[in-house]
Amino acid sequence: MDFGYTTLETRSIDYDKFDRKLIEYLLQYEPSLLVCMACGGCTATCSAGNLVDFNIRRIQLMVKRGETDTLKAEIDKCMLCGKCMLICPRGVNLRNVVMLIKKKLSIDSGQLATKNNIK
Amino acid sequence: MFSDYFYYPFLIGTIFLFVVVIGRFVKWFMGLSKIDKIRVRIGLFSMKTLQSVWESVREGLLHHNIFKTNKMLGYMHMSLAFGWFLLIVVGHIETSCYHGSMFFPFQHSIFFRYYVTEPTDFPGHAFFNYAMEILLFFVLSGVMLAYFKRFRSKTFGMKRTTRMRYGDRIGLTALWLIFPVRFLCETFTAGVYHNGSPIFNGIGDAFASVGDLNPWLNPLWLTYSVVLGVFFVAMPFTRYMHIPAEINLIFLRNWGVTLKERRVNTFTLAEVYSCSRCGICIDACQLNLAGIKNSQSVYVLKNIRNKNLTDEVLFNCLLCGKCQEACPVGIDVNKLRITQRIETTKQYNSSYDYLKTGKTRQADIVYFAGCMTHLTPSIKQSMLKILDHAGENYWFMDENKAPCCGRPLMLAGQYDAAQKLIDTNTKMILESGAKRLLVNCPICYKVFKEDYQLPGVEVLHHSEYILDLVKQGRLDVNPSDLRAVYHDPCELGRGSHIYEQPRELLNTALTLVPMAREREKALCCGGSLANTKISMAERDVLAGKAMEEFATYAPDLVVTSCPLCKKTFAKVDSLPVKDLAEVVAGAVERKV
Ligand code: SF4
Ligand code: SF4
Ligand code: SF4
Ligand code: SF4
Repeated sequence: MDFGYTTLETRSIDYDKFDRKLIEYLLQYEPSLLVCMACGGCTATCSAGNLVDFNIRRIQLMVKRGETDTLKAEIDKCMLCGKCMLICPRGVNLRNVVMLIKKKLSIDSGQLATKNNIK
Repeated sequence: MFSDYFYYPFLIGTIFLFVVVIGRFVKWFMGLSKIDKIRVRIGLFSMKTLQSVWESVREGLLHHNIFKTNKMLGYMHMSLAFGWFLLIVVGHIETSCYHGSMFFPFQHSIFFRYYVTEPTDFPGHAFFNYAMEILLFFVLSGVMLAYFKRFRSKTFGMKRTTRMRYGDRIGLTALWLIFPVRFLCETFTAGVYHNGSPIFNGIGDAFASVGDLNPWLNPLWLTYSVVLGVFFVAMPFTRYMHIPAEINLIFLRNWGVTLKERRVNTFTLAEVYSCSRCGICIDACQLNLAGIKNSQSVYVLKNIRNKNLTDEVLFNCLLCGKCQEACPVGIDVNKLRITQRIETTKQYNSSYDYLKTGKTRQADIVYFAGCMTHLTPSIKQSMLKILDHAGENYWFMDENKAPCCGRPLMLAGQYDAAQKLIDTNTKMILESGAKRLLVNCPICYKVFKEDYQLPGVEVLHHSEYILDLVKQGRLDVNPSDLRAVYHDPCELGRGSHIYEQPRELLNTALTLVPMAREREKALCCGGSLANTKISMAERDVLAGKAMEEFATYAPDLVVTSCPLCKKTFAKVDSLPVKDLAEVVAGAVERKV
């Protein structure tokens, strides 16, 4: 029956259920991610964000919430220029975070051949 | 005398060594690209081959390059390699003279004093006796230094040596034993038969006064044969493989074979195996200062060889090039590292479908500031001021929107991704119709110069460009009495070999104080984008140490020509740091 309105899908995150694999992987190899205070400096300076709708701070948020559906398309926009890292007041090494996300997504999608001797 | 088969361990070892080494050379050659194979075929019958022979003697035997870095270390390598080589050659001539012919069972020359114990009087007998004994002392002096170095590497001005694997230990032990055992063999034999020079006969007599030497002779000569054999069998699996590999590398390199970043082939192995693990690159590396001790070039080479390279090691490097500059073997360690980075990240390059070429403007000169310059606005302002003063018809390409130059991606191994940025930028630059492209960031400079195809466009670093303006009289610079040190950015100095233009330019505006470590030996600021693993705190340590060193020259300011260096040093806050554009912009007067 159509009442002329719909209910929004819930945006709440179930912290008991979401997939922690990615964030755990990131924190293992780039612990500095933990000290981000979400100031948004990185996004403000971002070279890619200047050209296209791209928000590196939001990506961190997505990762921390385990929202990985659109992550691949988003993270691919980064140009690895390094401005975010230089501007960050907390010394978060975002370039490594970006590389690690790309790598992990690639491993998970099975693209990264396991015979590759580089771990 | 004792069974004539005692030399078999030596014989088996030698044959094994030759088979493995030649097998590897063949494998490496077969794995080269078609063009490289043609290069080798053409090179083989050219002067390049003779040149390589000379270079092999100079580096493989005399170790001229190690001498340049460190006299003690050079002597150690030289006495071992050259001394041993002479022992073989002179021993061979000695045996030929004894036999009166070039043809004799080859073990006779290696174990000459075992075979020739009766009094003889062939031509040059006394000379050879002395010569061989002096040569043995020469080699032994090198062995002693090697013992000493293992235990106290400070003597060599080296902070640390490389850690060893099991196989290396066997090889090393055998190598350490060879010459002392030979010494015992020859002196004991001389003690019994007096077949040496008065020196060895005397030493032999001294030993003989302690007890009967006769029963020792056969076991000793057998031991000598065994340690030789063990060393030769171990050699291909230890770092000592570098001895033949380095010579192979010298020839390949002179014939024009080079490492190509995008095409991994067996030339990588030819380079990897040439590393002698001398450790000079470890000492050259600044990462030590920040406590990073497992990612220096020697470890990467070792990890490639042992097939256990990790991203954590591979990417923890500034690609500053200091180790490459110092490496006595001339291994392309930076390129090698990039090649490996391409390999490991090639599955996840980005496509940047969102990139569009923006509006372009016709101009004589395109100015591309680059991401790093946008973080240091005072440099950007200075550049614009200089361009205005010079009255240029310029187009500020990335004033509002432009992609990155692509170099940071390439440093991380993402060559395919970078190509997308390169293509977009190339289109825009060519559309502008400009004849010159001006950049003030050495990172951009290197990629525009080396990886962009920009026919008819001259790529200029601002140090070159501004110097030109001054020389043409289009810019007047007021000299001041400030004293400054100039920091060579890695990408501009070791990366692009631009050392003099910035200095010449700065000398028009202030007084430059020379430093002990500059030009090829310049320090890295620690900010390099090539290192994706280093933490900010560790970067700060490197920057701080470099600034400490600058401070010892008591300058009024530090000048550099890279926005990233400036940004990195400025954080240290001990001395004022400026880009040379700022120095010049602060000292120009408008030409009317
Ligand atoms: S600039 Fe640093 S602290 Fe601020 S949001 Fe970005 S990563 Fe977090
Ligand atoms: S490195 Fe990536 S996320 Fe950071 S500023 Fe550059 S484009 Fe943006
Ligand atoms: S890479 Fe060069 S400097 Fe480093 S240990 Fe090997 S040979 Fe020596
Ligand atoms: S390139 Fe620089 S940072 Fe990297 S290993 Fe060599 S000296 Fe160290």
